[in-house]
Amino acid sequence: MGQALHQVSRLRGAVLAVVLLGLIAPILVGLAETARAAFGVLPALGLNAWSLKPWRMLFAQPGFGSSLRLSVVTGLGSTLIALALAVGFCAAAPGRMRWLPPFLAVPHAAMAVGLAFVLAPSGWIARALAPVMGWVQPPDIASVHDAWGLALMLGLVVKELPFLLLVMASGLSQLPVARQIAVGRAMGYGPGVAWIKLILPQLWPLIRLPVWVVLAYGVSVVDMAIILGPSNPPTLAVAVLRWFSAADVAMILPASAGALLQAGLVVGCIAVLWGAEGVLRVVGRWWLRRGGRGMSWAPGLQLARVGVWGLIGLAAVALLSLMVWSLAWRWSYPMIWPEAWSGGIWMRADWGKALINTLVLAGVTVVLSLLLAVFWLEAEENLTRAAWAEALIYLPLLIPQIGFLYGLNVVFLRAGISGGYGAVVWAQALFVFPYVMIALSEPWRALDARLLRLAAALGAGRWRRLIALRLPMLLGPILTAAAIGVAVSVAQYLPTLFLGAGRIATLTTEAVTLSSGSDRRVTGVYASLQAALPFAAYGLAALVPAWWHRNRRDLRRGGV
Amino acid sequence: MSLELLELSVRRGGVALFPPLSLQVAGGAVAAVMGPSGVGKSTLLDAIGGHLAHGFSLTGRVLVQGRDVTALPAEARRIGVMFQDALLFPHLSVGDNLAFGLPAAVRGRAVRQAAVEAALAQAGLEGMYGRDPATLSGGQRARAALMRALLAEPLALLLDEPFSKLDAALRGEMRRFLFGHLRARGIATLMVTHDPEDAAEAGGAVVVL
Repeated sequence: MGQALHQVSRLRGAVLAVVLLGLIAPILVGLAETARAAFGVLPALGLNAWSLKPWRMLFAQPGFGSSLRLSVVTGLGSTLIALALAVGFCAAAPGRMRWLPPFLAVPHAAMAVGLAFVLAPSGWIARALAPVMGWVQPPDIASVHDAWGLALMLGLVVKELPFLLLVMASGLSQLPVARQIAVGRAMGYGPGVAWIKLILPQLWPLIRLPVWVVLAYGVSVVDMAIILGPSNPPTLAVAVLRWFSAADVAMILPASAGALLQAGLVVGCIAVLWGAEGVLRVVGRWWLRRGGRGMSWAPGLQLARVGVWGLIGLAAVALLSLMVWSLAWRWSYPMIWPEAWSGGIWMRADWGKALINTLVLAGVTVVLSLLLAVFWLEAEENLTRAAWAEALIYLPLLIPQIGFLYGLNVVFLRAGISGGYGAVVWAQALFVFPYVMIALSEPWRALDARLLRLAAALGAGRWRRLIALRLPMLLGPILTAAAIGVAVSVAQYLPTLFLGAGRIATLTTEAVTLSSGSDRRVTGVYASLQAALPFAAYGLAALVPAWWHRNRRDLRRGGV
Repeated sequence: MSLELLELSVRRGGVALFPPLSLQVAGGAVAAVMGPSGVGKSTLLDAIGGHLAHGFSLTGRVLVQGRDVTALPAEARRIGVMFQDALLFPHLSVGDNLAFGLPAAVRGRAVRQAAVEAALAQAGLEGMYGRDPATLSGGQRARAALMRALLAEPLALLLDEPFSKLDAALRGEMRRFLFGHLRARGIATLMVTHDPEDAAEAGGAVVVL
């Protein structure tokens, strides 16, 4: 047994080395490179002396203060709104939420393009209102790209709400919710307030990290902010991207300082949330001890319910609008439907190359991430879990992409691997692997360990147990993790843009670029395809195991 | 075939779960381990079979047919296990579950299939090779699990409350079936149980932890 343990330790050592060198080191190296430039050291431009000039340049940029404020307000605001809605929805008995996966699968950019199509002055909402308001032309309202960032906040809430609901549902499944609510109601508490007083404090530790991920994303989002957010001045992350890609290379200095500030901003916002958690814990205890039964709370929870359904409805309409625009030939204002339909744009638009790039990148990234996740989990058998390593997995999701991707590209340029598929796969895997790992680890650990002991007692060695038992029994969860990985890979914008040196066009980079252009029909084609790929992946992940295990009742029900 | 424990003790965090245990089970005999819940009976079986989780440490020795297997991984010990649930692998047919236990040394598709069919027939499961294990009755599942364990040709067998999930009528029938096969093949068996009737029927030594 000592020998077997030794083998496991060696496998685990190898896995941890790959994770540290492949996933964590690039982030630290990229951050360090960005930080160097932020303090004036940029050897490529002949700058070798430390200085604060980049920061002075950053603070002197027109609109810098507004950019900073916009990032904080839209990021924190959207997270808190989405969180409040999700809590209210779950408190009022959410049901099975089988409708979630499609909304989880849609990439941010596709959802943003669809929302822009719906919200714009010439969009569906304005067209529906036109007869009532007597508009014969699109009204002169900045309903997208508004200066307050309201459209961006709406987009973030629409996209993050399904994720928060999923995370909460998975946390709730670990708690004895029904019995504790019953106890609370027996003491005269309303069901909603019993949920908030009894269940929420137990749920929060289970969802804290995912909420931080949502917050970090919202504060530093780029693609959605380009499509929906204010353009002049934009949010900080978009401003930093503009400076990085400015014709004047000296702008790299304030851009690097801005990128570092962006990372600090995320840390600061998380600290605010953490502080608020501490305050709420004290206030909550006081509130709990007062013993109010909160019977007047129900309407508020109903409001959250209405809000969630309203936003989900809006998301569905936004996705529909992508399809409709891609098939519209003539669609003049204020008609609700196109006057002439055509598949012509689909025939003409040159989306083949972008589709193939997207598929290849997603395929390679997901397969590599899955292999690493399987080895990681396999290496953990019979050993204690490496908690510190598990926490590290979240690092790529908490540090803003713009904070380290530019610096990472500088390193890749020096190594001569920038601009190739390999560099983009590597950069995408930083974000795909964590999600694959998170999706796979729960079902992996939930598999009845006695099945594997039994197999060992029958003489099956480690590899046979993995290949003949574990992997086939987990076919469903493995394919689900792969589908999530595909959705994450397809949605990547900045890693593809930076590490591909702008040369590798995917559906996402094209959709974001086209979204500022004039022809909605072409944008509609790219965004529809972008939304369709994750759908297809989720569909396959549901159909293939169902077919494979069609004569195996215990696996068809999904439980082992 | 015999199973021998020499001063076997399991520790967790430096604390011994039970006093050092020495025991010899002859081939064909069924010894019973009894004791209150949580005293470490299942952990004892894990230690003998080589399935101890991380955090447990073991002192003493386990001998199978006189050979010290204490340092071997579970798959090299030739000690079978059966639990209170049949635990047929849910993704394999009933026949393939049995074939999983059959040693690779039995070669040839036809020979292997015949060996499995013969074992199915012994368990009253004729013609059920292709069946989904989820569609079997409780008794059928228990018999299939026993045949799977026997096909692996274990030198010793560990039973962890094997009858506790069966109803009273089925329990007696299953006991006779199981013990009959173990005696006939001369397999040394150690059984953890709460049921004094199990121990009486087994007719071997009784250890109380």
